[in-house]
Amino acid sequence: MRALIDQGVDKVFGYPGGQIMPVYDSLYDYSDKIRHYLARHEQGAIHAAEGFARASGKTGVVIATSGPGAMNLITGLNDALMDSTPIVAITGQVPSSLLGKDAFQESDVVSVTLPVTKWSTLVKKAEDIAPAIAKAFYIANSGRPGPVVIDIAKDAQVGLAEYKHAYCNFIRSYDPNPDIKESQIEAAAELLNNAERPMILSGHGVTISNASNELIELAEKADIPVACTIHGLSTIPSCHHLNKGLLGMHGNLGPNINTNKADVILAVGMRFDDRVTGDTKKYAPDAKIIHIDIDASEFNKTVGSHIHIHGDAKTALSALLPFVNRQKHEAWVSSFDRHNKVEYDRVKKLELYPDNEDGKMHMGEVVNKVSKAFNHDAVLVTDVGQNQMFSVRYFNFTSPRSCITSGGLGTMGFGLPASIGAKIAVPDREVVLFVGDGGLQMTVEELGMIMEYNIGVKIVLLNNNYLGNVRQWQELFFNSRYSATPMTNPNFIALANAYGISGEDVAHRDNLDAAIERMKNHNGAYILNVNIEEMGMIFPMTPGGHGVDEILLNSTEYYKPV
Amino acid sequence: MENQLFTITVFTENQVSLLHQISMVFSRRCLNIESLTVSACSIPGVHKFTITCKSDRAMMEHVVKQIEKRIDVLRAFLHTDDEIVFQEVALYKVPTASVLESNEIEHIIREHGARVLEIQPEYTIFEKTGHTDEVKALFDKLNPLGLRQFVRSGRIAVTKAPVEYVDAFLEHQEKRRKSLE
Ligand SMILES: Cc1ncc(C[n+]2csc(CCOP(=O)(O)OP(=O)(O)O)c2C)c(N)n1
Ligand SMILES: [Mg+2]
Repeated sequence: MRALIDQGVDKVFGYPGGQIMPVYDSLYDYSDKIRHYLARHEQGAIHAAEGFARASGKTGVVIATSGPGAMNLITGLNDALMDSTPIVAITGQVPSSLLGKDAFQESDVVSVTLPVTKWSTLVKKAEDIAPAIAKAFYIANSGRPGPVVIDIAKDAQVGLAEYKHAYCNFIRSYDPNPDIKESQIEAAAELLNNAERPMILSGHGVTISNASNELIELAEKADIPVACTIHGLSTIPSCHHLNKGLLGMHGNLGPNINTNKADVILAVGMRFDDRVTGDTKKYAPDAKIIHIDIDASEFNKTVGSHIHIHGDAKTALSALLPFVNRQKHEAWVSSFDRHNKVEYDRVKKLELYPDNEDGKMHMGEVVNKVSKAFNHDAVLVTDVGQNQMFSVRYFNFTSPRSCITSGGLGTMGFGLPASIGAKIAVPDREVVLFVGDGGLQMTVEELGMIMEYNIGVKIVLLNNNYLGNVRQWQELFFNSRYSATPMTNPNFIALANAYGISGEDVAHRDNLDAAIERMKNHNGAYILNVNIEEMGMIFPMTPGGHGVDEILLNSTEYYKPV
Repeated sequence: MENQLFTITVFTENQVSLLHQISMVFSRRCLNIESLTVSACSIPGVHKFTITCKSDRAMMEHVVKQIEKRIDVLRAFLHTDDEIVFQEVALYKVPTASVLESNEIEHIIREHGARVLEIQPEYTIFEKTGHTDEVKALFDKLNPLGLRQFVRSGRIAVTKAPVEYVDAFLEHQEKRRKSLE
């Protein structure tokens, strides 16, 4: 416990069990210094720790017991690895004398977790605990952040060791902050200075290294349009004139079309995920790519780049700024707006102002109204599915660290616990969760955390009574054969009420504004169960395997830029 | 891109689970490791893995980067055969009676530059160091003559490069460590 306190930890998430009881016992003594949030499932605990980490930038801590407890963390560990989220997971392990003997609740935690963590280790002696914890925190939150597991055998937990303050800022085999080569900076500046159609892709790395200001300054100085990956959302305010929107499969027309028109692309802290690039053979054919990343293994992984700047995004952008000329690219910048205007007319308008008479709502209009109600400055947390894509498309951002979603792994069930963790991390900000009827039921038990700890998250259930995202694909690519996607749902408000959480059904569009207002003014958690049109579809869409500029505006029509 | 045999050398801390950490980078891509040799190297506390694998260059380059990304790995390198000097060692066990029967085996052993490790009334053991095809050639000769056991090691290799990149990395890290004090 003192090792944790030394790391500045004052909040942890977890779930007890036999092999972690000594840790929980000492937690009892330190309850004035470390607040423990009891989840209702270990998966909930780790997603809450992820939400906490993503909202604050601090390392999220999760504690679980051996065997089933540790195994229930796997999804969250993988999620944190994919989305570069600093997590320290402490798990109990059977006594060291029983290791390898199929003891009760023994799992080979290190072996199972190695592929889903940045680092994973087993501690067998009491005196090794403090150094292992110091090392774990250093690894988790340096370089490219990620999840770390410390598996502690029960005898080590009860063993007596004199506590020596352990500190770690160096590991011989690990250099988390490589020096940036000036020659690369100069070469990058030269490309940017000679570019006619430059574009910046802003990714998660910009958030992680707190480089929003540097990014915006550079974009403004050289008049370069910025497009965001899903994790890059909120690195530049939505209303900024150079923010041209979201990249990828369900992104905006401007940035996707212009990716294939650009002559220079500056990619910052992003990894050319296949959801962003579509078919890489058709990706950015005219562009020279400058790639800034802290993780060298990202260079040339899916998309080849011409200049690699290996290092921290903030340092790299600061170094680049003085070399970049003040410029204007008026025609190029406005070409994004032209495409985005078509998107507004052909897609967004129908979503924001639908005219169906039954009053069932579209996800986009709901998200947009909620965003507005919170002055476009709430923290958005999403689950996975159509609800996710609609919320990242129709929510607006003002400040960084405002978009928390499961991007890399696409983990349904992430949303509810992550929103709880986020609210715990930034209690003074409004935290709004958009979640589907499917995803909510994956971790719905965490309503218990909201109840017990009075967590004031605002939950908007975009309820289409379908696994909507899969249903959309069935409609488009599987002849509308709705196999296992319609769902009979419970009375969600009654369920929330059972946990002492207020909320209401919003059956008709006419009631939406007032309901949002009540949610906003309610002191504490609140849930809206919004009656969403079943057959809703998320567009634009670049179908898998297509180039980024092959974009469906609706089920049948591809966008043809004029 | 065409498949070719690559040699990967990996320098790591001496810790449990490293083999797993390295092998999982191959297994997640369904890449078959041809040979693997691990031992302590000349730098105190550092272990060296020598791995051979058939694949294309782009894939191997990325595998090497992903191996290097593991915290406990110091550095990892990709080599083609022309960049390294490499050997493997093989042991051959034949009945001593077969050796004595004619001078054929003796002749083969001389021809292949193998040496005798041990002679017992029941068996004789030869050792041959060389490249895979050389070791295999001797196997093909001895096999019809009553070979009882045959084993060969994985490849070991040293680079022809004039620079020792691991040393440079360690120096760089040592400088970092001092500056952090
Ligand atoms: C744990 C997990 N299982 C399955 C999936 C596959 N999947 C992706 S979206 C989706 C449907 C989600 O349905 P719902 O939560 O109701 O959201 P909607 O798309 O209807 O908004 C499914 C099943 C997933 N992403 N995660
Ligand atoms: Mg749904």
